[in-house]
Amino acid sequence: MSDTKTILLCGVGGQGTITAAHLLARAALAAGYEVKVSEIHGMAQRGGAVSTVVRFGDEVFSMVCDEGAADAVVSFDAMEALRNLAFLARDGFLLASSETILPTAVACGRAALPPDMEGRLAAEGALLIGSRALAEQAGNAKCENTVLLGALESRLGFGRELWEEVIAAHVPPKTVEANLAAFRAGLDFAAGR
Amino acid sequence: MRELMSGNEAIARGAWEAGAAIGVAYPGTPSTETMEAFARCDGVYAEWCTNEKVALEVALGASAAGARTLVTMKHVGVNVAADPLFTAAYTGVGGGLVLLAADDPGMYSSQNEQDSRYYGAAAHIPVLDPSDSQEALEMARDAYGLSERFDVPVIIRSTVRVSHTRTPVQPGDRAAAEPASYASDPAKWVMMPAYAKPRRKVQLERIDRLRRWVEECPYNRMEMRDTAVGVVCSGAVYQHVREALPEASVLKLGVTWPLPAGMLNRFADAVAELYVVEEGSRYLAEAVRAAGVQPAAFPSPLPEDGELSPGIVRRALGLPELPHRERPADIPARPPALCAGCPHRLVFRELARLKAIVTGDIGCYTLGALPPLSAMDTCVDMGASVSMAHGFELALAGTDHRPVVAVIGDSTFAHSGLSSLVSTVYNRGAGTVCILDNRTTAMTGRQGNPFNGETLQGRPSTELDLMGLLEALQVPHVREVDPNDAQAVRSALKQAVADEADELSVIVFRSPCVLLHRQRKPFYFVNGSCTGCGVCVSLGCPAIARDAETRIASIDSAQCIGCGQCAQYCNFSAIEQIPASSMPGGAK
Repeated sequence: MSDTKTILLCGVGGQGTITAAHLLARAALAAGYEVKVSEIHGMAQRGGAVSTVVRFGDEVFSMVCDEGAADAVVSFDAMEALRNLAFLARDGFLLASSETILPTAVACGRAALPPDMEGRLAAEGALLIGSRALAEQAGNAKCENTVLLGALESRLGFGRELWEEVIAAHVPPKTVEANLAAFRAGLDFAAGR
Repeated sequence: MRELMSGNEAIARGAWEAGAAIGVAYPGTPSTETMEAFARCDGVYAEWCTNEKVALEVALGASAAGARTLVTMKHVGVNVAADPLFTAAYTGVGGGLVLLAADDPGMYSSQNEQDSRYYGAAAHIPVLDPSDSQEALEMARDAYGLSERFDVPVIIRSTVRVSHTRTPVQPGDRAAAEPASYASDPAKWVMMPAYAKPRRKVQLERIDRLRRWVEECPYNRMEMRDTAVGVVCSGAVYQHVREALPEASVLKLGVTWPLPAGMLNRFADAVAELYVVEEGSRYLAEAVRAAGVQPAAFPSPLPEDGELSPGIVRRALGLPELPHRERPADIPARPPALCAGCPHRLVFRELARLKAIVTGDIGCYTLGALPPLSAMDTCVDMGASVSMAHGFELALAGTDHRPVVAVIGDSTFAHSGLSSLVSTVYNRGAGTVCILDNRTTAMTGRQGNPFNGETLQGRPSTELDLMGLLEALQVPHVREVDPNDAQAVRSALKQAVADEADELSVIVFRSPCVLLHRQRKPFYFVNGSCTGCGVCVSLGCPAIARDAETRIASIDSAQCIGCGQCAQYCNFSAIEQIPASSMPGGAK
């Protein structure tokens, strides 16, 4: 059981955390593991804070993630990385986009952004990644999720070929090339950091 | 070849494998994808009904006629369907009848927490409680034989963590299920006292048979490991227990009504301490006690609300939890919000301006309750906006009161708002009803409904004429208004609540949900005339922000869909639309 890995993907509803979780789950299944993916649908999706949990290993029981239980937190948004910090295991891998979508309360001036988010994330050992820019360079801003999966692969070690097969089989045909380029960009960025 | 399937998809697959031919539902999180998945299966008929009571009655008719039938709903939908449910447990079935009741502990997308297992106990209908997708498939598949063998509907009770968790599943083939031939049998199907009394005896005899069956059925199993601690549990909670207490013995209940009293007693005798672990409910603990087994008290009580997790189970048993970092205290909340360009937005903005008492309803538009719109006083259940508004009007009649306005979506109006409105008209009630007709059932993922004339499997339909319907009901004042036109919204509301205050008015605000067609017009931007007054940000549009220091507004061109709602509120002509020619890729 201790070899079961827990990955928490978080962000803002509509960013693609569920799509990323599905790709990760298919990769884990292709790598020969048991897998569970726990999603939240419905009202929580309308631009609210969302998280999806992927667990894989030889035997997987619970589908949720307790505080301190995530081997990796992968955040599509810098502020959401801070919100989910408590879920990260002590020696876990914290991967976060360096960008933040303003919550309504901040946009209307009823609340302030937390100060120095990048500095605080870096102090927690986070790998900060300009995932939106890398996705745009890869040819499609919507490929941010595959950039993050590429960066996550640097710590998973499923193997690039396995990922490329999974991505090619499960993203819309027109976006395969951009997604593969985005995955490689994320992997290259994170390798050795 | 195993496939990753959500619990909902697995239930649909299991029903299909059992030969189910007909599926009916009203959408509701976390149940919705079940009927959508069933509708995609080969050789089945599936439809959205106007509400869960209608769905269960359609299902019961199909079952009586001999077809294996699936009916799905969320937990609160079972309340709506409870009337036919209790008596269906008297009539029994023809073809197997399986009802999915999807519970939402933790209230991710619901107005309450309910434990649908109580319905099984109250209506005397067997309840299957799967703990992952493979089990969900097998239970749904086998439930049809069970339903026919015991001549009773079967409830599959899931929770959000079963319905919305994907786990590997081994799908099987579809069984050939020939519909049974129908022959009239009033003593079974006409539930008037003379026939219902004997059916009650049939039910009692069936309960005895079910109690014997659960002692040996394969869904209940004792997993004997270390006997110092034994846990009784079911559903997703079983997975948390296995994770939290890998050495503990477990009595895993796959049938949670009726409970196997003999097995419970044997398990209790085999372990030193017996705990009952369940979330947001005391259903199992009470049932275990009723079976003559006294569960041990937790060193630290289990929470009585919300979801469980392995960590919560360990805490209740006094075991150490994982070390973790502190959650930072200065992270602003990020609640969901109405989409950029949502046609509901200006209605709430104007209702707030009117200082109306707004009775709300179930749907995306419930988000109108949140700041900065903050324009809702109540939200209870499907259709309640219309009937509660009538109640407010009755209690406040003769006083100098704020205007009372009900706000309800098109699908919710068809679900049960319509019968509320008939009641208000019949009783000559006053007040204003706003029907936010966005041409879809938006919150659950844009399903068809009678007012958009779209059906689940794309069959031809009849789009109900809402304006004609309101006219036929003889509502005194009816008008249709474009909700993206601020001036029109304001004057329509004003007229209804001021000039026509003594009579009932219905305003239909009709404009399609922005997620339906995803059309983007040239976006808007803030020019140099912005004074930082903040009117535009008070609309709560996710695309609009303002600088914390200068107070100057800005519009995120990536999120703006060019609806132009905000520009109508700017007093300084500071919000402008870019020319269509400068749209990247051209305007669509």
